[in-house]
Amino acid sequence: MQGWPLLSLTTFVPLIGAAFILMIRGEKEIVARNARNVALWTSLITLLLALMTWANFDPRTAAFQLEEQAAWIPAFGITYHMGVDGISMFFVVLSAFLTPICVLASWDAIRERVREYMLAFLVLETLMIGMFCALDIVLFYLFFEGVLIPMFLIIGIWGGPRRVYSAFKFFLYTLLGSVLMLVAILAIYFTAGMTDIPALMKYAFARDMQMWLWLAFFASFAVKVPMWPLHTWLPDAHVEAPTAGSVILAGVLLKMGGYGFLRFSLPMMPLASDFFAPLIFALSIVAVIYTSLVALAQEDMKKLIAYSSVAHMGFVTVGIFTFNVQGIQGAIFQMLSHGVVSAALFLCVGVVYDRMHSRLIATYGGLVHRMPFYAAAFMVFTLASVGLPGTSGFVGEMLVLVGAYQASTWVAALTATGVVLGAAYMLWLYRRVIFGELEKPELKAILDLDRREIAVFVPLVAAVIWMGVYPSSFLDLMHASVQNLVDNYQAAIKAETAAQAQVLLPGGAP
Amino acid sequence: MTTWIPSQMTAALPEVFLAIATMALLMIGAYRGNSHTRTIGWFAVAVLLVAGGLVAGTAASPGSAFGGMFVADTFARFAKFLVLIGSALAVVLSVAYIEREEMARFEYPILFLFATIGMMMMISANDLIALYVGLELQSLALYVAAAFRRDSLRSSEAGLKYFVLGALSSGMLLYGASLVYGFAGTTSFTGIAKVLATGTGNTGALVGLVFITAGLAFKVSAVPFHMWTPDVYEGAPTSVTAFFAIAPKIAAMALFIRVLVGPFAPLTAQWQQVVVFLAVLSMALGAFAAINQTNIKRLMAYSSIGNVGYMLVGLAAGTEAGVRGVLIYLLIYLAMTAGTFACILAMRVHGRAVEELDDLKGLGRTRPAMALALAVFMFSMAGIPPLAGFFGKLYVFLAAVQAGMYVLAVFGVLASVVAAFYYLRIVKLMYFDEPADTFDRLLGREIGVVLTVTGLFIAFFFVFPAPMLAAASAAAKSLFPG
Repeated sequence: MQGWPLLSLTTFVPLIGAAFILMIRGEKEIVARNARNVALWTSLITLLLALMTWANFDPRTAAFQLEEQAAWIPAFGITYHMGVDGISMFFVVLSAFLTPICVLASWDAIRERVREYMLAFLVLETLMIGMFCALDIVLFYLFFEGVLIPMFLIIGIWGGPRRVYSAFKFFLYTLLGSVLMLVAILAIYFTAGMTDIPALMKYAFARDMQMWLWLAFFASFAVKVPMWPLHTWLPDAHVEAPTAGSVILAGVLLKMGGYGFLRFSLPMMPLASDFFAPLIFALSIVAVIYTSLVALAQEDMKKLIAYSSVAHMGFVTVGIFTFNVQGIQGAIFQMLSHGVVSAALFLCVGVVYDRMHSRLIATYGGLVHRMPFYAAAFMVFTLASVGLPGTSGFVGEMLVLVGAYQASTWVAALTATGVVLGAAYMLWLYRRVIFGELEKPELKAILDLDRREIAVFVPLVAAVIWMGVYPSSFLDLMHASVQNLVDNYQAAIKAETAAQAQVLLPGGAP
Repeated sequence: MTTWIPSQMTAALPEVFLAIATMALLMIGAYRGNSHTRTIGWFAVAVLLVAGGLVAGTAASPGSAFGGMFVADTFARFAKFLVLIGSALAVVLSVAYIEREEMARFEYPILFLFATIGMMMMISANDLIALYVGLELQSLALYVAAAFRRDSLRSSEAGLKYFVLGALSSGMLLYGASLVYGFAGTTSFTGIAKVLATGTGNTGALVGLVFITAGLAFKVSAVPFHMWTPDVYEGAPTSVTAFFAIAPKIAAMALFIRVLVGPFAPLTAQWQQVVVFLAVLSMALGAFAAINQTNIKRLMAYSSIGNVGYMLVGLAAGTEAGVRGVLIYLLIYLAMTAGTFACILAMRVHGRAVEELDDLKGLGRTRPAMALALAVFMFSMAGIPPLAGFFGKLYVFLAAVQAGMYVLAVFGVLASVVAAFYYLRIVKLMYFDEPADTFDRLLGREIGVVLTVTGLFIAFFFVFPAPMLAAASAAAKSLFPG
């Protein structure tokens, strides 16, 4: 496998599949069936390639691996530069892992315009994976923003009754944040004279410059994460999107913000990150507590899970801005865990929605009597979301809290309330939907998971338990990169403190 | 090898060829009549392409003709090439349309050709008089083209409006030119630059420059000189509107660039303020006024005003990078606009042309290929990567940031978010809404071919942008000697 452009293959294989789908001709039913099959197999091949990336990954070094570089826009020194490190590699795997699940989950649920639907998902996969692999800031932006197009179409075409409003809100909100980042990217290009991410990480921007750049990047990432109070697009988008759209939104797109903080804000603007960390803490704590309370009051299952996403992503931002290894590793792990768990929860909602066409909690109750397998799967994910030890959710939250405790006791204490509130709304949701008497007549004939649905849930359950029981298989691989990130950050802060001391000391620098 | 024409005219070979060929076609038309319109149309396309070949094939070294009034540098070659392609596309799109609309008179392609000659003269103008002659040749042909359907009230109104306002702007331009001549003592661009560089008579020339800028702003339809645009776009026959939106915009923008960074380079600090003002207003109006439009041609008019605003951002930077950005933008704008108008020309229900936005409802189901192409153009106009429109914006904002105009750049990107709304609305109509009436089958194969070519260009521009970028860089460089 040596010498193969593994990352480019992983990125662009879905696009080849998309081209195949575009060429399918014939009766509507045949087109739909072929499109489903092509999408499934393409995404499985992509998953295989992503797993090969994982297998070829060397955990001992913090450097970028599997690098590829080719001239692209030589006049500006912009190159096609791909590569992964311990931070980005798992997101590639996560994206490739969730796409076949999405395809499978939409197998029967999507009946109209199947070809376009599968096309959109494959294009989306290319853009997501490309974004996590891109090591050139312009290339990154291309993928980052390109994601909007397929997602807009997915929400708008196959979404629920208020889909148009939600799709526009999603698109314009995110675009507004991103264009400010674009201006910052241009400013970076003219200040540093390059667009290569590894090289830019070593470049020291002036303090004032860092502040402006940080704010511009923040505008984009804070919308993506999303951080309170910029989160309002998320419940709308989640509720209206088709199940698989919600899965990708929660599973991968939200991670783009956290990944952006780790890739750009921390390494390139350490002084500004240090300066603005209290702001992030404040917004994150508000997000954790406020959105948890809002989640308690929801009557719509999807909306409840959407708000819980905002709360969980609050943990992630706290973890990132603790600037220590535990906090950042915890944040990354929390993102991965949330990627699997929230995706699975949306799929759980999708299962009953497909049967009853209602997302209201009040529609259900006592499902355990008719759907034991479903109840079991739902329970695993509920407990993982709550953060029960032995599930993936526990590891991330625990590490974030350990990291936060080193940064500030108050931050840790307030963030920890989110764990309690999380348990409250998730367990209450579970009780209302699954337990109790099966009283509603229309539920009497509801069917348990079929084979396809079991095939969807088994890998997710396995991932949740694997991540919870043996987190080292993930943490060890990201350790070198995270350690390197923290070291560079500390060095930059130390240098700045020393420089300021020089200025303040009488008889110091002339 | 071209000894059969006076050596001092070699630089103008494409123009000379185009003028002679146009006369010949005019004669054919005059003797053969309207039944040969289609043939003349295809001949016109061929003539334009040959002229394009001549432009591309002429020597790389800058040449001049007519006693220095006419200059053929790399910049002119790049812009002329775009204009010729744009005109050729417009004629291609027209051929079937004018037959169907029963306005197939042989003058139609001839008028386009005459306008194109005028545009090429404008682009190459190196003298205020040459500028004016080129501009008027172009404008007169366009006035007639706008009113080409004389039996239609809207078309006549569009032609008249365009004529009255165009004449007013020409008057302003002439007045400015006379002031500049009065204070600089010469009409030659090179001469004006020399005089202004010494700093004598700059205040008077500045007043002249403001009038010239106003006249040119009218031609590129920058706010606040845009009022004619929506009415003319809506009133003129759609195929003529397509032509208006493409070639004259490119030529006028090229002329704008040449005038400002050429003779008036010493006054850069002064005209920059004016151009920033025009750019900000155009972007804002283009973004907000388009939101409420229901007619797609009017919408395209506001969209073109917004696009001109972005181009002016590049010009406002006043640097080589800025000019390069504008040239790239023009190239991409050409493809996007041609493609979009190909779609608009294909909007026919029961043999009748329709132009309401609501007619696009459900196009994603009834005509998936056309809807896909139009969606690509709309996302591209909204500036979403990886489509070409993003790169157009990227390069002009790059120039603005390089010139330290951060506020202008931030304003520009915010305006592009507002503008994204109405482009998305078209996508929404096509894909999210239930189908309305199905459009008729395409008239002829031309529209399909233009759609495919421009669509592929826009979608895959990002794969290999280097050669086009290099050409634009070379073109921009030729305007900034030393």
